[in-house]
Amino acid sequence: MALKTPLYETHEKLGGKIVEFGGYLLPVNYQKGIIFEHNAVRCGVGLFDVSHMGEILISGKEAAAALRRLVTNKVSTIKVGQCRYTLMCYPDGGIVDDLLIYKFSDEEYFLIVNAANKDKDFAWITENISGDAVATDLSDKIGQIAVQGPLAEKVMAKTADMTLIPKKRYYFARDVVVFGKKCLVSTTGYTGEDGYEIYCDAADTAEIYEKLMEAGSEIGIEPCGLGARDTLRFESSMPLYGHELSAEIKANEVGLDMFIKSDEEFIGREAILNNPPAYCRRGLKLVDRGIAREHADVYGEDGQKIGFTTSGMPCPTVGGAYAMARIKADYAFDRVFIDVRGKMLAAEFVPMPFYKKA
Amino acid sequence: MEKFYQKTHEWASFEKTVATIGISAYAVKELGDIVFVSLPEVGDTVKVGTPFAEVESVKAVSEIYSPVEGVIAEVNDELIDNPAAVNAAAGEAWFIKVDYTKIGALVSEAEYDAMEKE
Repeated sequence: MALKTPLYETHEKLGGKIVEFGGYLLPVNYQKGIIFEHNAVRCGVGLFDVSHMGEILISGKEAAAALRRLVTNKVSTIKVGQCRYTLMCYPDGGIVDDLLIYKFSDEEYFLIVNAANKDKDFAWITENISGDAVATDLSDKIGQIAVQGPLAEKVMAKTADMTLIPKKRYYFARDVVVFGKKCLVSTTGYTGEDGYEIYCDAADTAEIYEKLMEAGSEIGIEPCGLGARDTLRFESSMPLYGHELSAEIKANEVGLDMFIKSDEEFIGREAILNNPPAYCRRGLKLVDRGIAREHADVYGEDGQKIGFTTSGMPCPTVGGAYAMARIKADYAFDRVFIDVRGKMLAAEFVPMPFYKKA
Repeated sequence: MEKFYQKTHEWASFEKTVATIGISAYAVKELGDIVFVSLPEVGDTVKVGTPFAEVESVKAVSEIYSPVEGVIAEVNDELIDNPAAVNAAAGEAWFIKVDYTKIGALVSEAEYDAMEKE
């Protein structure tokens, strides 16, 4: 059975087209459509319901050491008030999930995990946690709203004391009052634009969301659904679990090496150090007309299969159809052919991200 | 010209031996922004209920099924460069014209509208 976020009724009121995603009923888009919403975030500001994301608190005197064992990135260098992206691995180097760590204190770390993975993650963490550290699943108690785009700051400034919110990306402040409610606000997002993510009491989510819509109405704030969230993250070449990342894909095969710090012990480290990547994540731009979606086979110049696409769609801001693909690490040519329902469409490798904020 | 509809959301209008075919406003609304259209070629044969074209929205690809049998006489190439024309006016953005020899199960606009509401 699919769950509803605290904003379900709000989405219906706004004319959202509801679909199931990660076990939750969420809008794929509202009345004006995915491209309109995508453009609103690139040029103005958009509002997303991301309450489906999971939140797990790791606490205890030995929390830092316990967390370090679970993730690929360093924990000791995270400052209080800082967020850090990391992967979490199985012993064979396969990826359990990708997540954000928020450091509350030396003894408290707040993890943001993918909706579809949260039960699996919580079980994995509980099973592998060490010392006196304890994991608590807070997912059902917390609502989350993302305010994203170049005008996001203008919207936030109408409600919160901006001197409390860090300017730098990937930082956060707790106890920021948003429309009279205490929230955690971070300078994070999944769109490739500047913006904020607001974590609040689940019961306050709808009120905060509706007041943000009101506050942003003068500058054209748009409610945005999962469709735009996907085109925005894809255009910025951010990986999505279940597509670019999975248990079958190793952490050192996805172009995220800067988030793997192997000078300290963690689950999966041996496998990663001992096995050079057989595949890598690469960006492709379609040369022929057409759109390659996920799970299309990719062939090399010599006709050999060299991988498959993990995500693919049109990129509204940069124009053209792109794909991210899992490609054999030793493939040395610039051009490939993608099997799109029996038609071989030429594509060429391009650098990621496809879109970068000016 | 009067339009008739197929259950799979295509419309057809008829003039002498030629059927003009497009997709319904309801289908377009369900698909969302159309970003790509692939079309067959003049001279290709179409059959009732078999796909002759694809439309792609940002999220998905959908096949368009022919409501008639016959030989394609004309193809609306403008849709290739401007797929958004289908969003702008589904009833005017025709896909193909067919010299038809057979017509599938079609319903009137009123009946189709009633079906949509179910």
